[in-house]
Amino acid sequence: MPKDGGIGASTKRREDVRFLTGKGRYTDDINIRGQLYAHFIRSDVAHGRIRSIDTSAAEAMPGVAKVFTSKDFEGAGGLPCGWQVTDRFGKPMQEPKHPILAEGKVRHVGDPIAVVVAETLEQARDAAEAVVIDIEELEPVLDMKAALADGATKVHDDLASNLCYDWGFVEENKEAVNAAFGKAAHVVSLELKNNRLVANPMEPRVAVGDYEDHSGNHTLYTTSQNPHVIRLLMGAFVLGIPEHKLRVVAPDVGGGFGSKIYHYAEEAFVTKAAHILKRPVKWTSTRSEAFISDAHGRDHVTKIELALDADHNFTAIRTETYANMGAYLSTFAPSIPTWLHGTLMAGNYRTPLIYVNVKAVFTNTVPVDAYRGAGRPEATFQLERLIDKAARELGVDPIELRRKNFITADQFPYQTPVAVVYDTGNYHATMDKLLEISDYAGFGARAAESAKRGKLRGFGIAHYIEACGIAPSNLVGQLGARAGLYESATVRVNATGSISVFTGSHSHGQGHETSFAQVVAEMIGIDAGQVEIIHGDTSNTPMGMGTYGSRSLAVGGSALVKATNKIVNKAKKIAAHLLEASESDIELKDGKFTVAGTDKSVDWAGVTLAAYVPHNYPLENLEPGLEETAFYDPSNFTYPSGAYGCEVEVDPDTGKVDIVAFSAADDFGNIVNPMIVEGQVQGGLAQGIGQALLENCVYDENGQLLSGSFMDYAMPRADDLPMFKVDHSCCTPCTHNPLGVKGCGEAGAIGSPPAVVNAVIDALHRAGHTHVTHIDMPVSPARVWAAMNG
Amino acid sequence: MAKLTMTVNGKTVSAEAEGRTLLSSFLREGLGMTGTHVGCDTSQCGACVVHVDGQAVKSCTVLAHDVAGADVRTIEGMANPDGSLGKIQQAFQDHHGLQCGFCTPGMVMSAAALLAENPKPTEAEVRHHLEGNICRCTGYHNIVKAVLAASGQDVSKIAAE
Repeated sequence: MPKDGGIGASTKRREDVRFLTGKGRYTDDINIRGQLYAHFIRSDVAHGRIRSIDTSAAEAMPGVAKVFTSKDFEGAGGLPCGWQVTDRFGKPMQEPKHPILAEGKVRHVGDPIAVVVAETLEQARDAAEAVVIDIEELEPVLDMKAALADGATKVHDDLASNLCYDWGFVEENKEAVNAAFGKAAHVVSLELKNNRLVANPMEPRVAVGDYEDHSGNHTLYTTSQNPHVIRLLMGAFVLGIPEHKLRVVAPDVGGGFGSKIYHYAEEAFVTKAAHILKRPVKWTSTRSEAFISDAHGRDHVTKIELALDADHNFTAIRTETYANMGAYLSTFAPSIPTWLHGTLMAGNYRTPLIYVNVKAVFTNTVPVDAYRGAGRPEATFQLERLIDKAARELGVDPIELRRKNFITADQFPYQTPVAVVYDTGNYHATMDKLLEISDYAGFGARAAESAKRGKLRGFGIAHYIEACGIAPSNLVGQLGARAGLYESATVRVNATGSISVFTGSHSHGQGHETSFAQVVAEMIGIDAGQVEIIHGDTSNTPMGMGTYGSRSLAVGGSALVKATNKIVNKAKKIAAHLLEASESDIELKDGKFTVAGTDKSVDWAGVTLAAYVPHNYPLENLEPGLEETAFYDPSNFTYPSGAYGCEVEVDPDTGKVDIVAFSAADDFGNIVNPMIVEGQVQGGLAQGIGQALLENCVYDENGQLLSGSFMDYAMPRADDLPMFKVDHSCCTPCTHNPLGVKGCGEAGAIGSPPAVVNAVIDALHRAGHTHVTHIDMPVSPARVWAAMNG
Repeated sequence: MAKLTMTVNGKTVSAEAEGRTLLSSFLREGLGMTGTHVGCDTSQCGACVVHVDGQAVKSCTVLAHDVAGADVRTIEGMANPDGSLGKIQQAFQDHHGLQCGFCTPGMVMSAAALLAENPKPTEAEVRHHLEGNICRCTGYHNIVKAVLAASGQDVSKIAAE
């Protein structure tokens, strides 16, 4: 049994106490004396040319401080894109300007045109009604394939076309892949959509700008997953504020799921407006605004083909994907359909030849960027749906077809044909575990029982791999990233032995304040209550890249281990001096330094006190104090994997799908806090099941977002989901980070959508509807009924 | 603007409020009690649930002046008198029924209303009752478990342990 508060213990979360008593401090809870309120006036048409904006009446209204338009930001840069993809011909992607407020044209419903800033929010909203904006409506560009046709209306007049890039990976393999298809005994193909989603963290975005005239210091409080990234992007590229004059604080943040990674217009706006008006300016998104201004996720249309030999070995995969970028390039948008998607197309299988083609397209819709999983759910959905389809066409068991092609435990490290090298894994083990925990053997009896009640029961399997712990900076730099992707930690040991840890990671639900403290406490052998984790403020944390891509423990935790190791090494030197022994003889155990083989010892607090009260201290060789900072840059991605099993009941009269059981067998490597890991998987499963059954972002033919509220966008609710069976006992530790951890945040959302759809198809096939080979997500009652009766 | 008085968590409070001020805004902006959260504008998410005279209501859909004189209870009033976590709050911590914490105040208030009415709910009853409270983090598994545990039921047999 691990010690409570140490590595491996399901330690209860310390942050819960403030959240459960209403004492959390979220950005909207921050009000600064003298603060003004901003209300954004957004485009209500998808595509149009701004003829005129008349703000005069609004500016005369009570309480209005100023009405801003793009003219007020003439010196500012556009919102930068953090990743430049090079197309298959060696040319850089087309990269349009993304202004803070619309310049000349509006390009999606929700595109901000003007902002009223007033003494109260009500005054700002009232005055917004008096701003007169004349827009000449233009034909909206919505369908991706139509957007690429010759003569198509352009979203950006100054670009050559609506094509952001045409990416091929691995381009050099293209002919070999085509040749393999020419020789294949079987070819199976599938066309599918990965539905557009809205992340919808429960806390809407908020930004509060503050400016101190006498010092020139700017402060931005914002709902961000990565405050240092916002400081860098906004300071250096948009507003021209050097880092030492710009503090970005992301306090308690109510969920992110990717949507709070990006630098948004509202952040730059409130920061600049506070400077101009010399007063704090606050903006709080409504949910309706969030639907048309938060970056969306997914939205891929794909044709995938699998070549097999006569023995059913996979010999090649070929895909063609259209990826919707929306109207502008959000911060990391270009990387999602390319490097976070193409590199995962090998899945868990030994397919020797893979070619992925992705055409990224501009449309008059909200920008699309990473959402929980980001590229990896799209890859997994294609592969795992296609393998199921292949098994049916070939008349073989879908589990056995997967097993036949699995990379086996003795083949690691495994070089895939799509650049990445998997360090560890054991896919047969996770599959075995899934079949055990889901009682796969008992499925037949359960299906018979369902049939008695007139329900069609089905079992769907998916096996996934993901690449987490993003990422080796030199590698991603070669791939077009305009940022490093290391992480940082400062461990400040205080004189009496307590520890303040400053991490560049950011917790917005992940429980770092608890789990990161467990790591440090375990390494030193002290009580976790002596360790405090501080994050989210650029003024006191070292430059860090933040939390996304299941990277916090794998990268941020590694920086923490590295910094703590430096602390331990220095503390041992101090202990050696105090104990008059050789440093190499000092052992640290349970918070006590002992001279090996003796009973001479000094406790942790004795050493820390000596570091700060250095009366008996080797000052000639060693600085006083005990504080260390480390930056950790990973040498590879981490590769969590797992097998998911979904059991559904379909009502043949209505097409309604009920998830009656869901089991997940994951391999996350080592685990620091099992309770938190299980919670992450459960939450990911809910989002993946939501994508598969409920959620869908729908635009009408005019580019109006039809699913623009919780009345219309079907969020998973408590009665849509079952209890989950979650297991993480399969463990192949990561080989290249000090904790041997892989990351668990996105797995549930990656592995579950194909498991759900495979289960529905299985149920229909068992009931004789063998003509149904695929149903696009969300697998709604109407779609299922139509498929059955089509 | 008109002065408005009500009882909040056992204390009589007064503040100025416009006729159009919502109860959620009155609590957050008027009284500075920011434990009650606003997660949507269509009365769907339930982050703003408080009790008015013992009934769970979505405070984003109630005009503050309409509950003048009422007895209002919010998440800030759910701890034990000694400041320790109340039974439902403690169950949420024990069973990891929260992650980002944003929906949590509404979840706890909704759960309290359920247990006041139905002290031993089934899993299905808990799920049905929480249908008006959206959580994006937990997948509800641990929330349902926490509510069942708070009702004194044995949750040790529930999967995923």
